[in-house]
Amino acid sequence: MRLEPRQSRPLLLVFLLPALALLTAGVICALLVMLSGASPFQVFGLMIKGALGSQFAFLETLTRATPLIFTGLAVAVAFRAKLWNIGAEAQLYIGAVMTVVLGTGLLPLPWPALIPVLMFSAALGGALVLAVPTFLKTRFGVDEVVTTLLLNFIVLLFVSMLLEGPLKDPMGLGWPQSKKVVADAQLPKLVQGKRLHAGFVIAILAAMLVWVFDRRAALGYEMRAVGYNSKAAAFAGIPVNPVLAKTALLSGGLAGLAGWSEVSGLKGNLTLDLSPGFGYTGIVVAMLALLHPLGVVVAAIFVAAVFVGADAMSRSAGVPSYIAHVMVALSLLCMVTAIMFTRYRVRWT
Amino acid sequence: MEAIEILFTASLWAAAIRIASPLIFGTLGELICERAGVLNLGIEGIMTAGAFSGWLAVYMGADLWFGVAVAAIVGATLGLLHGVLVVPLGLSQHVTGIGVTLLATSLCYYFYRLAFPEVTSPPKIDPFQPWPVPVLSEIPVLGPALFQQTPLTYLAFVMVVLVAWFLERTPLGLAVRTVGENPAAAEAQGINVTWVRIGAVMAGSALMGIGGSFITLSAFNSFFFDMMNGRGWICIALVVFGAWRPGKALLGAVLFGAFDAYQLRLQQLAGAVVPYQFFLMLPFVLSILALIFMSRRVAYPRALMVPYRKGER
Repeated sequence: MRLEPRQSRPLLLVFLLPALALLTAGVICALLVMLSGASPFQVFGLMIKGALGSQFAFLETLTRATPLIFTGLAVAVAFRAKLWNIGAEAQLYIGAVMTVVLGTGLLPLPWPALIPVLMFSAALGGALVLAVPTFLKTRFGVDEVVTTLLLNFIVLLFVSMLLEGPLKDPMGLGWPQSKKVVADAQLPKLVQGKRLHAGFVIAILAAMLVWVFDRRAALGYEMRAVGYNSKAAAFAGIPVNPVLAKTALLSGGLAGLAGWSEVSGLKGNLTLDLSPGFGYTGIVVAMLALLHPLGVVVAAIFVAAVFVGADAMSRSAGVPSYIAHVMVALSLLCMVTAIMFTRYRVRWT
Repeated sequence: MEAIEILFTASLWAAAIRIASPLIFGTLGELICERAGVLNLGIEGIMTAGAFSGWLAVYMGADLWFGVAVAAIVGATLGLLHGVLVVPLGLSQHVTGIGVTLLATSLCYYFYRLAFPEVTSPPKIDPFQPWPVPVLSEIPVLGPALFQQTPLTYLAFVMVVLVAWFLERTPLGLAVRTVGENPAAAEAQGINVTWVRIGAVMAGSALMGIGGSFITLSAFNSFFFDMMNGRGWICIALVVFGAWRPGKALLGAVLFGAFDAYQLRLQQLAGAVVPYQFFLMLPFVLSILALIFMSRRVAYPRALMVPYRKGER
């Protein structure tokens, strides 16, 4: 068996194979559901109902999608330049730390000034977290996969230290949590009385900006060139290391915004369970979106729907909600396989 | 003063070897994969799967060694998945590895919740007990540190020798190294690059599975979520630190274990002054520092992370 690059990519294949990939992931999950003794049709029905079946469910899905859009964009931007940022989780948490450090009363600003300041600081915090492994990569040749992964653990311990030390809320009844951000730092809700907040709109705007930037700005082109073939890019006069550094700032900044939006829009304060792995799930979102900024929005909503739907289903059908994580991981593996088959054809020899 | 005295206690070094044991298995496993040219980021998930499956088998009544075998088989199966996706299909080793980790971890949690829907305290098993080696365990300091360990720890040391011998002294080991350095040359010698790479990833992943099972069958006696706590990623750093050599990887793992055991004791000593999280951070910081320190002097396998497609240059 050998693989040959396809001369042309039939449009049918480009749509059919990813659909087939998601179907495969669904079928495998259905088998796993059957192990629990439940009927897969009933379980999937409950999941769809729990994710999209009512206004409440749909808004909840969009709320869950918001941080995933940010982390998905962060990963997509980095992966396009072949900067393997597996540390969006850490960048998210530092973004959240910046938000609570500055947003709990330190800056006496009205909201039109405070919110942009917090956004900028959160993005800067996240950007700096990714700048370190990127510097180690460009300067010393240290693989950024391992350093970004290890930084996730370091940052989480650092946050835990802050929450039991300087950032601890004295009124928090001993729980390791920060104070709530002031009213001027909070994002308005999009629907009265529901959890969906303005962070969702900003996430969509961010996706559109990244898309325009990717298409129109010289740096967007250079990032893709570095990712496609860094040697050729260097030969063509593109300064590879500075481009990687700028990619890191953009990617880390986007992940930092995820932390800001979760604190300012949803939770109000910082706790150690602010993110149930949004950074890692961002990798899946970015890959499902084929690293396309606008695709990230769609993929984030899909992944969020799986999680929200599984939570609702688990309450009523009793199948463990971890089935959502299995489904998301399977979707990732099936999707990267499917994409490969849109680019290569199999020749049996 | 007390902080220095700790360094000379047998209990510190016994703990160091104990902490190092799963890392030795994991590092050897990753080392085999990488020497064949395949980065295996599935390690964190594969170790989790080994920990869970080995423990579950023993919990359901199997012998402890049977549990270890189950962990190895589950590890090898996940290795086969990773191998097939990245070797013949040539998918991104980074993305696939992360995917395997996410899949393996979530499957473990799913099956755990399926098997134990409403447990408040995790179910326990009877883990491996220490096997003091006659005579040798009587040596002061060295005896309690090295020769009063559980059998899996001895197996870890045996595996270091076996893997080193296999890679350096056997024809198959040479084949593994060749496909990791220059797959085209290996192909020209009639070596089937695809099968050697898949085989290496499976063997390496089996070792990772055993490393995971050490956590639940020897170090602890039950399975918790997140109990792998980044050990897999540390193994990847240890492979680099050990310059892709089994002996040096062993040294790295033991040093790491000693450091980890030391910080645990310092924590008790200085816990009132310095937050405990600071000490927990140190092993991860140390791993990054080790990577920076080693980055300039290592010769990594030339074809690492390069998919091999016949006839493509």
